[in-house]
Amino acid sequence: MSYIQTPSQTVGPYFAYGLSPVQYLYDHSSVATGMVRTPQTQGQPITIVGRVLDGEGKPIPDALIEIWQADAQGNYNPQDSDFKGFGRFGTGPDVHNRFIFQTIKPGAVQGQAPHITVVVFMRGLLVHAYTRLYFSDENTANAQDPVLQTVPSDRIATLIAQRQETGEGIVYQWDIVMQGEGETVFFDV
Amino acid sequence: MNDNQRDWEVHPPYSYPPYASTVLRAPAKPLIPIKHSLSELTGPVYGHESLGKYDNDLTKNGIRNGEPLGERIVVSGQVLDQYGRPVRNTLVEIWQANAAGRYIHKVDQHNAPLDPNFFGGGRCVTDNEGNYTFFTIKPGAYPWGNHPNAWRPNHIHFSLFGSNITSRLVTQMYFPGDPLLAYDPIYQGVPEKGRELLISSFDLSLTQPDFALGYRFNIVLRGDKATPFENQ
Repeated sequence: MSYIQTPSQTVGPYFAYGLSPVQYLYDHSSVATGMVRTPQTQGQPITIVGRVLDGEGKPIPDALIEIWQADAQGNYNPQDSDFKGFGRFGTGPDVHNRFIFQTIKPGAVQGQAPHITVVVFMRGLLVHAYTRLYFSDENTANAQDPVLQTVPSDRIATLIAQRQETGEGIVYQWDIVMQGEGETVFFDV
Repeated sequence: MNDNQRDWEVHPPYSYPPYASTVLRAPAKPLIPIKHSLSELTGPVYGHESLGKYDNDLTKNGIRNGEPLGERIVVSGQVLDQYGRPVRNTLVEIWQANAAGRYIHKVDQHNAPLDPNFFGGGRCVTDNEGNYTFFTIKPGAYPWGNHPNAWRPNHIHFSLFGSNITSRLVTQMYFPGDPLLAYDPIYQGVPEKGRELLISSFDLSLTQPDFALGYRFNIVLRGDKATPFENQ
């Protein structure tokens, strides 16, 4: 017996107090925020920063970004750890409409290059979009990654976050381009 | 390739010009298929520890100095995967406008009153049979700028995780017989085969005497045939 999947609808412009209340300063707890690691989490602390750009190159101020990743050993949902691996951040509060995740660099999973699954929601997206973030300091692993090998070579760069060493630690810079020149690769996951 | 693909015969497309916001935001290039690995076949788990006391009761969780205004309702249903198995212990998050059609969100500038005793957000976790229940206030319709005299039908936003990141679903629940559905491009963006699934049904058996009318909204998430990942 199979059932028809319930159709998706847009997250709309008013998701903040439902899905990300702490970040938007509403009086309710959040199940997830941009702080993905804890002081005890093992692995290399990193910050992921970027914007979501529309077809005219303008930053989108009402996108919600979720990330899902393995821990530093490449394990998802480790039972014996406080690392959930899930983060959620809306682009409204930041003055530059950026998303900012403080996490750790994931380990490799099943022979793939280290990567993070990224889910994109916003007003104007009737169905959420899936993409992946890879790391610019993993060129050898990226070259052998089975998913990147299915991506046209001139579009692979849209999935690679650029590593920068800053006073606040290691920052990976990565913009999501919804359409047009430099459009980010989205996957049929 | 994967046995739980998104069913594009029921999900809306990215580009749907009658819904104006899709025009500059819809990906224009075709999606690239991905063969599922553990990265797709796992997902976050949020259980009962994520919940506060009145998180599933929106008639209570925003009270400051009295009862929220409007028609109290019960919204309840079962979450199944596409093979008919209950999705247990999964987080369900909702948010909505108040009875006057106004969101508490700071960006909402609609000239209708806020209700000091209604917050409009809540969450719960499904039980062993996949059932969830919320108590809330029936949301009002509200105007929006998509086209001249555009009004959103009454709706409640839903967000679910299911067993892994591929079963993630954000959707909206509508009410039976709403005349605005025929004019709403967000609802009409769903292919005809899927539309009815977004409309709750009035259910007298869910109705709580002297308190609230009952509406049933069942939800079907993607699921894997082999499904080793129940995440319990």
